[in-house]
Amino acid sequence: MTFSTEQSITFECETGNYHTFCPISCVSWLYQKIEDSFFLVIGTKTCGYFLQNAMGVMIFAEPRYAMAELEEGDISAQLNDYEELKRLCLQIKKDRQPGVIFWIGTCTTEIIKMDLEGIAPKLETDISIPIIVARANGLDYAFTQGEDTVLAAMAHRCPDSKDIADVCQDQVNLRPDLVVFGSMPESVVNQLTYELDKQNINITGWLPSARYSDLPVIQKGSYVVGVNPFLSRTATTLMRRRKTKLIGAPFPIGPDGTRAWIEKICKIFEVEPKGLEERETEVWNSLRKYTALIKNKSVFFMGDNLLEISLARFLIRCGMIVYEIGIPYMDKRYQGAELALLEQTCINMKVKVPKIVEKPDNYNQIDRIRDLQPDLVITGMAHANPLEARGINTKWSVEFTFAQIHGFTNAKDILELVTRPIRRNNNLSELGSQVYSTAD
Amino acid sequence: MKLAYWMYAGPAHIGTLRIASSFKNVHAIMHAPLGDDYFNVMKSMLERDRNFTPVTASVVDRHVLARGSQEKVINNITRKDKEEKPDLVILTPTCTSSILQEDLQNFVSRASIETKADVILADVNHYRVNELQASDRTLEQIVSFYVSKYKKLDLLNLEKTERPSVNIIGIVSLGFHSQHDLVDLKRLFNDLDIEINQIIPENASVHDLKNLTQAWFNFVPYREAGLLTAQFLHDEYGIPYVDKTPMGLINIKETVISIQDLLQKFGCHRDYSDYLTVQTKYISQAAWFSRSIDCQNLTGKTAIVFGDSTHAAAMTKILAREMGINVLWSGTYCTHDAEWFRLQVESLCSEVIITEDHNVVGDMIAKTAPNAIFGTQMERHIGKRLNIPCGVISSPVHIQNFPLSYKPFLGYEGTNQIADLVYNSFTLGMEDHLLDLFGGHDTTEILNDTLSSSENITWSVEALKELSKIPGFVRGKVKRNTEKFAIKKRCSAIDLAIMYEAKEKAND
Repeated sequence: MTFSTEQSITFECETGNYHTFCPISCVSWLYQKIEDSFFLVIGTKTCGYFLQNAMGVMIFAEPRYAMAELEEGDISAQLNDYEELKRLCLQIKKDRQPGVIFWIGTCTTEIIKMDLEGIAPKLETDISIPIIVARANGLDYAFTQGEDTVLAAMAHRCPDSKDIADVCQDQVNLRPDLVVFGSMPESVVNQLTYELDKQNINITGWLPSARYSDLPVIQKGSYVVGVNPFLSRTATTLMRRRKTKLIGAPFPIGPDGTRAWIEKICKIFEVEPKGLEERETEVWNSLRKYTALIKNKSVFFMGDNLLEISLARFLIRCGMIVYEIGIPYMDKRYQGAELALLEQTCINMKVKVPKIVEKPDNYNQIDRIRDLQPDLVITGMAHANPLEARGINTKWSVEFTFAQIHGFTNAKDILELVTRPIRRNNNLSELGSQVYSTAD
Repeated sequence: MKLAYWMYAGPAHIGTLRIASSFKNVHAIMHAPLGDDYFNVMKSMLERDRNFTPVTASVVDRHVLARGSQEKVINNITRKDKEEKPDLVILTPTCTSSILQEDLQNFVSRASIETKADVILADVNHYRVNELQASDRTLEQIVSFYVSKYKKLDLLNLEKTERPSVNIIGIVSLGFHSQHDLVDLKRLFNDLDIEINQIIPENASVHDLKNLTQAWFNFVPYREAGLLTAQFLHDEYGIPYVDKTPMGLINIKETVISIQDLLQKFGCHRDYSDYLTVQTKYISQAAWFSRSIDCQNLTGKTAIVFGDSTHAAAMTKILAREMGINVLWSGTYCTHDAEWFRLQVESLCSEVIITEDHNVVGDMIAKTAPNAIFGTQMERHIGKRLNIPCGVISSPVHIQNFPLSYKPFLGYEGTNQIADLVYNSFTLGMEDHLLDLFGGHDTTEILNDTLSSSENITWSVEALKELSKIPGFVRGKVKRNTEKFAIKKRCSAIDLAIMYEAKEKAND
C-alpha cells in the first residue's frame, strides 16, 4: 500500500470490478422530481428485478414507471419494435396521461441495437406525447450517471429564445441568464435559489423543472452551473449543443463547497459576495457537535456514486483523514474546480492529498481496508454488513444520493449520516467485542 | 414486449446464484454489465450475511461489446481461483450474455486447465426459465457433475448407511423461512429415527457430494428446487425420493406415512402411527386450536391464497381442511408447475388462478373481497390498499420475512406458527369490526357503496339505520346482496321487511 507523498493529487485506475447500482435507478428519483413524467425502462427481467428490489416500498405506491420487458421475439426481431413500443405507450397514455414519456435504454437495447432515437420522433407525432430517449445502461455508466444521460437528453428539449420571441426584449435584464442543472428536491431548489437571491443573483431556470412543461429557456450565451459532480454529459451538451457558458465551480456540498459555489457564480456575474464568510462560519459553528466526533478519524471511500470527491473534500475540512477516494468515473475537466478545492483544503488542513482511484477493484480495496483499518468506510450495501461483522464501521453510500446534502442548510444532514455509525458505537459500547464474523 | 411493474419470480441468474452462494466455498462469476451484481446486496441485506457474498462479475462493457470478452472471463476465473481458492467456480450467464452469444463453454474449458477449482457453466437460458427453474436446474447440474466425477475417480460411495438415512435436498439461500424450516426438519427426522446423510445445497461442501449416494432416500421439501436432483439420483442410482411438503398437520402425516412405506420397501419396519397421534394431539397445538372455541368463529370466514406452488398449495389445504375456512380461490405464479398445483387445490376452493400478473391477482382480490389474504409481499400491499388483513406465506420476500426469532412453516412447530399467523390475520379483522361497532357508525360510507348507480333503488330510513348496525367489513356485501335480492323481486324500495327477507333467503 502506497500513499501519495506529494501535495498534488495522484490518480490511479484499477480493474473496474466494483459494485454499484445500475444507472436505470435514476428513474426512482427522477419520476418523483418530474411530476408529469412517465419512465419506461426498455429492458429485461434483470432490470425489472433490480428496480423492484432497489426501490423497496416505492414500488407499491403505483409509481409512474414501468418495464417494457423484452421477450425472445423482441431479441430475435420477430416482433416489430415500433409496433410494440406504440402499443405500450398508447396503454400508458390511456392509463396515466403523462406529459412526457422517457424511454430508458438498457444494456439489451444497446446490444441488439434497437434504434430508440430513431423510433421516438416518429412515435411522438403518432401519439402526440413527447418522448425523450436516454441510454442509461450498465455497459457505459454507473449509478448516478443515469441522471446525467436523462438530463443531457432533456437539455435538447429546453425551449430556445426563438420560442419565446413574444417575450419583450426590454424585459431581459442586463445580466445574462443563469440556468442551474441537476435534479434536486423542491426544498433544496428553494434553499439554493434563496442563497443566490441574497447575492442579488437570479436563477432564470432549473433543469429539470418540476414539470416537463416548465422546462427552462436556454439561450445561446446563457450561463449554466451544475450542482452535482456526476453531470458531465449534461454540461457538455449544454456547452456544445446549446452554446451556453459553463461556470466551473466546486459543488454546493458542505458549507465550504456551498460558499465556493456561490462565490464562483458571483465572480462570473461581477457581484461582490456579501456576508458569505459569516454565513459559512455560522454553519461550521453549528456543526461543532458533529465535527468533534469525527476529528482525526479516518475514512475510506470505496466509490460508487461520483459524489466522492466533494464529500471527501468536505470531510477533510471537518478534520477527517481520507485514505482513499474510490470513484467510478473521473471527469477532470468538469470536476476541475472541485479538485482544486480538494487540493487547497488538504494544504489548509495540513494533510496529505488522498489518492483518487478510478474504476476501483473492490477485492483489492477490501485488502487495503484490512491493512489500514479505517474508522469509517463509505460503501455499498454489498460490503457493509460483512465489513461491520469484521469490526469496521460503514456508512451506506447510497444514502448520500437520497438524502438532502446540498447548500448551507443541509450540511448537518451529511454529518448526521457520517457520524451515525460512530454515535451507534458509543451507544453499544457495553456490548463488548465488535467482531461478529465467523469466517477468516 | 410486455408492460410490467412487478414480478413474482426473478431472472434466471438469481436462481443460479442462490444455489452457488448456498454451497460452502463455491464462487460464482457473472458474465454481466456493471450493476447486475445486485444479488450481493440482497444476500447481504436480507439474510444479514456476515460474510462477503461469493459472487463477482466479469464486467461486460463497451470494449467487450466491440471485441468480445477475449481473455477477460478466463482471467477473472483464474484470478478468483488464486484469491479465494474455491472448490468450484460457476460461470453464470445473464440476459446480456445470452444475446452476446459468446462461447462461454470454451472459456470454461480453457480456464479449468489452469485452475485448481472445478469450473462449470450454468446451463440456464435467461429467456426460457425463471429464478426458480434455474435454481432447480443448477443444483442438478452441480450434483450430477460431482457424482459423475467421483464415479469416474471411483470415489463415489455407493454403500448404503447402516441405519435408515436421508438427504434433504433444496434448502437454498434467500428461501422463505427455509433456515427455520431446516431446524424443524432435522427435529422431525430425529424423531423418526432417521439419520440425515446430507443437506444440500445449504452450507454443503462439494467434496461431500461423493457420499450423497449413501442415503436410503432423498427428501425434497419444496417443489421449487431439488426435484430435478432427486429425479437424477433416482434415475441414475435408484435412490427413491419423497417430495411431499410437511406443512400443516395433514401434510406432515402424509409425508411421514410415505416415509414409512418407503422404509418398508427396504425391509425396515417402522410404525409411526403412535408418534403421529402424540405429536398431533399434544406437541402441536394446531389441532386442538382448530377445535377450540376461538376457532369456531373462523368457520365460514373467507380467504384467498396466492404464492409459490409449495406454500400456496399447503396453505390452501391447511385453511380448508384444518381450520374450516372457506378458500374462495387459490393461485400460484409458478406457471411451469400449474398442472401439479391444480391437482392439489382444485377440490379445496372454488377457483384456481395461475398467473404471473399481479394486476390479475389484485383485481381478483377486489372482486372476491375475502376476509383475509394469504399471499406474498405484493398481496400484503394489495390488502393494505383494500383494507383486508394479509399473512405473508411465500416469496417474493422482504427483510421482514427474515425474522431473527424461530419461525418455521414446516413440521409441528410450523403448524403452531401458521395457526398464529392465520388467527392473528383474522382477529385483526375482528378488532377492526369491534372498533366499528363501538366507535360510532359512519353512515356516509353506506351511501357510496351501492350495487349500481343506474338501478333506481331507495332505502328507507329504518333500513339504512339497520344497515349501519352491520359490522363495517361485511356491510358493503350485505348492502349489495339486499339490493340484488330487491331487484330480483322487482322491488325498488328497500325497507326493513325486505332486508330481513333478503337475509333469510340469502342462502337459498
